[in-house]
Amino acid sequence: MLSVSNVSKTYAAGDKALDDVSFTIPSGQVVGLIGPSGAGKSTLIRCVNRLVEPSSGTITLGDTPITGLSAGELRAVRRRIGMIFQEYALVERLTVMENVLSGRLGYVSFWRSLLRRYPSTDVQKAYALLDRVGLIDHASKRADALSGGQRQRVGIARALEQDPELLLIDEPTASLDPKTSRQIMRLLIEICNERQLPAIINIHDVVLARQFTERIIGLQAGRIVFDGPPSELNETVLTKIYGEEDWTTLDNESEAA
Amino acid sequence: MSEATWQYRTPRKRLFLWAGWLCFVALCVYCWQVMTQDTIWYFVTDAPKQAADLGARMMPPKWSYMDKLWIPLWDTLNIATLGTLIGVILAIPVAFMAASNTTPSRLFIRPLALFIIVASRSINSLIWALLLVSIIGPGLLAGIIAIGLRSIGFVAKLLYEAIEETDILQIEAITATGASRAQILNYAIVPQILPAFSGITVFRWDINIRESTILGLVGAGGIGVQLQGSLNTLAWPQVTMIFIVILATVIISEWVSAKVRHAII
Repeated sequence: MLSVSNVSKTYAAGDKALDDVSFTIPSGQVVGLIGPSGAGKSTLIRCVNRLVEPSSGTITLGDTPITGLSAGELRAVRRRIGMIFQEYALVERLTVMENVLSGRLGYVSFWRSLLRRYPSTDVQKAYALLDRVGLIDHASKRADALSGGQRQRVGIARALEQDPELLLIDEPTASLDPKTSRQIMRLLIEICNERQLPAIINIHDVVLARQFTERIIGLQAGRIVFDGPPSELNETVLTKIYGEEDWTTLDNESEAA
Repeated sequence: MSEATWQYRTPRKRLFLWAGWLCFVALCVYCWQVMTQDTIWYFVTDAPKQAADLGARMMPPKWSYMDKLWIPLWDTLNIATLGTLIGVILAIPVAFMAASNTTPSRLFIRPLALFIIVASRSINSLIWALLLVSIIGPGLLAGIIAIGLRSIGFVAKLLYEAIEETDILQIEAITATGASRAQILNYAIVPQILPAFSGITVFRWDINIRESTILGLVGAGGIGVQLQGSLNTLAWPQVTMIFIVILATVIISEWVSAKVRHAII
């Protein structure tokens, strides 16, 4: 379970990215975070694993308060949080296997990671995950030899290799074509259901958010302006989040899909 | 309605541009006068004849002199290679201290590292060799250390620029797994800079071969010692032979470094 209470973030330049954001995610719930560009979606999920330092407020994962941890404690909590990125963020020149195993960096010693001598349970798990995402044959290829959809699958395997208690997913489909986007979203949802994993998915595509998530949080200029099930996401709400627009076409698309 | 006109520069800018060019031309004319005021034009008109005369004395090259060049040539290669090795080993920590995204302290260590880079780069290897010959005496060691000291700045500068250009997203992703600083370095930064690192090293080795051929002029070992001796005794056919050897070595080293760089990328 993740709880975020009264989190605000003001960047050094003075822009307020997040303004008093609070919500709780019970285990197994997949939340879609929507909002216009610059609404603070990316900042919010980076505050959860403190890649961005929140200015105020508290964040707790299970019983662990994430805000206010020392560097060593922060590493220990980061390994419990898997993160998946828009541009995949694989280390391009390492092999697929090394990328997946890098999910264990928070658990193994520096020398083991330097010599790539991971415990065999980690290696077994990595193979199982590559099999799960359909890339078992690509284990020893270099990451930059894969296609976009395949790279995102490696990204998912890396996050799961951490044995996470929470997934933070930043625009997982923004660099992918519509078909691959749906396949990736379906995979993510299946995996969250299998493992009862809570997840926050930053997503631009309202249609995909509606189709795949069970709860939607709408962010506008750093504030939560909507928090509810996808069925309540009507024209009024969308206008509140994104501003005035003709939303009827979106409804049709959503039904067709 | 009159037709709208668009001009690339405002009239004011054009005026300044013309004035700028005028000053530049005036400066060139002035400099030419300063340069040539001590020139004895008789020597200049005589130049083709002098060059032809020297050329005639240098030809043919003294092929048999090659016997005495193998060892100095081997020394030269060693100076370049060992010097590059020392330079690169010392440059790696300096580069990480100088790169703004990996430096332990922006206030103290980074300026220090940048100073080391500038100091090393601002002194030519011939000057380094001159200093070292008077400190540790003539010979190969002075040459090796001179090449090493000069290489630190070059390699560290290019390497720290490569470190600063690494993709922040890959670093973020590895950080998010709970990796320590050393692990982030090993998994996110090193793979990204490895091609640049190898390229820079081979490039510097290539430059160092050229530089080490002249270090002998100040007594720091290598084929330059023979060159110095031949020049002093006006043994022009030997000088030609040395030029041929240097040229061949440089061509081969360039070929090797091109091959290696191609293989890495």
